[in-house]
Amino acid sequence: MSSMHSPIPPVIEAPRSAPGRPRRGRTNTEMYAWLFMRISGVVLVFLVLGHLFIMNILDGGVQRVNWAFVAGRWASPFWQVWDLLMLWLGMIHGANGLRTIINDYTRKDGTRLALKGLLYTATTITIALGTLVIFTFDPTLR
Amino acid sequence: MSTHAPADGTAAPNSPPPVAKTSTVKPAGTLYRGREGMWSWVAHRITGVLTFFFLFAHVLDTALVRVSPESYDKVIDTYKNPFVNLMEIGLVGAVLFHALNGLRIIAIDFWSKGPRLQRQMLWAIVVVWIVVMVPGAFFMFKHSFELLFGGK
Repeated sequence: MSSMHSPIPPVIEAPRSAPGRPRRGRTNTEMYAWLFMRISGVVLVFLVLGHLFIMNILDGGVQRVNWAFVAGRWASPFWQVWDLLMLWLGMIHGANGLRTIINDYTRKDGTRLALKGLLYTATTITIALGTLVIFTFDPTLR
Repeated sequence: MSTHAPADGTAAPNSPPPVAKTSTVKPAGTLYRGREGMWSWVAHRITGVLTFFFLFAHVLDTALVRVSPESYDKVIDTYKNPFVNLMEIGLVGAVLFHALNGLRIIAIDFWSKGPRLQRQMLWAIVVVWIVVMVPGAFFMFKHSFELLFGGK
């Protein structure tokens, strides 16, 4: 009967589309960041929950952790790769999460730039330090 | 026939019918704001930031294994007390929520039924969280409990 009033789908602007700013370049960096969060997230669920279970609950938990314990674990390439993967994925996953939060809450360009500069510097140093320690650690030191 | 046509024919042809006529459920006001969707998002942010900041301290303390066995053991020994033990339980709780809710977000994004079941999935992960955290916190705090209240 009222076929003249065919429903028109409402047009909703995409979130954070920043109408004034044209998109830069042809690659969709934000889409890859979004995808990375999901892929690294699934991997981290196993790596981190496994790590927390072994370190905090199994065999007396933190009480048994000391230098000799770490040396025993990092004598094995399996745990070296586990920890290295956890370090890289965890740090990048966390840094990208904090980048989103900085983008959400900063109002001035200067503040945003300063916070991101601090974030990327701290992240790079921490990943580099952790990687160096895993690769140059000598389990026979004592 | 049009879905917007009022059943009793009293309203103007183009105006939507009042909510009371389309639903027997009291309107909640909004689908997202102030409800499970929003609060799980807030909790996801807070647990994520806390975990990320902990990571900086954790990589630094572990880096001490490269300095000397003595310096590493000295710092790790300061963690072996009931107060830090409680913070560790808090960290495990935060990470576990972030992990479970992250899987829920992935299900919402990639599973066709995900968006419709987002509320039920949140309560499901809350149940899983409690089921894991109760024995988890028990085993994590066992040593501290014995230290504080005697035991064997």
